[in-house]
Amino acid sequence: MTEKTIVRVSGVTKNFDLGKIVVEVLKGIDLEIEEGKYLSIMGPSGSGKSTLFNMIGGLDKPTSGKVFIDEVDIAQLDAYELAWLRCRKIGYIFQTFNLIPVMTALENVTLPMTFAGMSNDDAVTHGMTLLKQVGLEGRHSHKPTELSGGQQQRVAVARALANSPAIILADEPTGNLDLKTGEDIIDLLKELSSERKVTVISATHDYKMLNVSDQVIWIRDGKVEKIQERSELEITTGGLE
Amino acid sequence: MKRLIALPFRKSLEIAFQSIRVRFFRSLVTTTSLVLAVAFLCYMQACNDFAQALLNSGDINSYQVLVKAGYDVSFGTDVIASSAKQRWIVTLSLLVCIVGIINAQLMSVTERFREIGTMKCLGALDRFIVRLFVLEALMQGLAGSLAGALLGVLSATISSAFTLGISIFSSFPWLALVSSMLLSVIVGTSLSLIGVIYPAILAARMQPVEAMRLEH
Repeated sequence: MTEKTIVRVSGVTKNFDLGKIVVEVLKGIDLEIEEGKYLSIMGPSGSGKSTLFNMIGGLDKPTSGKVFIDEVDIAQLDAYELAWLRCRKIGYIFQTFNLIPVMTALENVTLPMTFAGMSNDDAVTHGMTLLKQVGLEGRHSHKPTELSGGQQQRVAVARALANSPAIILADEPTGNLDLKTGEDIIDLLKELSSERKVTVISATHDYKMLNVSDQVIWIRDGKVEKIQERSELEITTGGLE
Repeated sequence: MKRLIALPFRKSLEIAFQSIRVRFFRSLVTTTSLVLAVAFLCYMQACNDFAQALLNSGDINSYQVLVKAGYDVSFGTDVIASSAKQRWIVTLSLLVCIVGIINAQLMSVTERFREIGTMKCLGALDRFIVRLFVLEALMQGLAGSLAGALLGVLSATISSAFTLGISIFSSFPWLALVSSMLLSVIVGTSLSLIGVIYPAILAARMQPVEAMRLEH
């Protein structure tokens, strides 16, 4: 049985018009991402990986080319459908955590459930389960400022899982964390992706990510340089050591 | 409708209230300009109410007292209206107040760019964002104008007692005062709402990427 393709990127380019000059950030990207994979987009800073990431997440529109999520062209969606997509299909994790500072951990986790129309009681029950799953039992009433970076990112992971999305997009999830905490978050993501069959796509330049990735996409100068499967990876990393 | 995104009204109210509570000091500063402007408006109205009540009491001396206190009355006058100068000053103070509110709300939007962007990433629609800001402004407006109206009536009572004498208490114009306060509250709340429209639309129209790109 062939795996289902969940994200398809075809011929995507993106230019940023800076007035006098036009910067080509993405120069034609083609990708197919299979369901349930743990995938890393690697590349040096400025290579366009964050831009590509934003395209996949429906946060930005490509200059040309198309992005399909579940075979739906996201450029064709109206504001409501796009909001629905962001709410139900995709869970976002950011480098800077981006928790809502005025809300407690639990409220941060339940907010997307409220948007999805879940009743308050159900959302609280589900939110507590998720917080427990990411190892933050008993911290639900804490505000983001009362939590450490790693704990905040755990809340963000729980929030990303709130509506059981098909895809989790993580933009440098370990970028603001120390080595150990970063590893914990990576393990947590990996565990959740295999447990829940969620596709995890993370943009990163953290080499720790490689060990858990099923597939690594290398981006350089706005193009896909190479796509490596896990089996090929172990040889390369072994060679480096 | 399968693809429904919702934010129940109670929940929005909760979020808006929490937002004000957490940023209490900042909200207080925003609201203070409104309190002062509304207090001034209410003060003017209430002073006229007291003068009117005194005039209506039919006391022979009332004309003299009123003229002495600076009211523009002569024999035969039976309605005390606010003078053109008074109206000008009140209008100006309200204008200054609304500019102040817009300024404060714009700052509060800028401060919360990332928060708004995050909410949009979680699936919030533009109108949720507008609703949150409008609800916040409504609460601030109501609280601020109520405080302002009370302050205005209180100060008008005290100053009228000095200028018109304690006889104002014998014909205390309850009804007129209440209606003046009501008017001030309505004006104040509307000002707060008018002041938030542009900042709220600005916040709601923002694309999530832009919000995320901004560094703090």
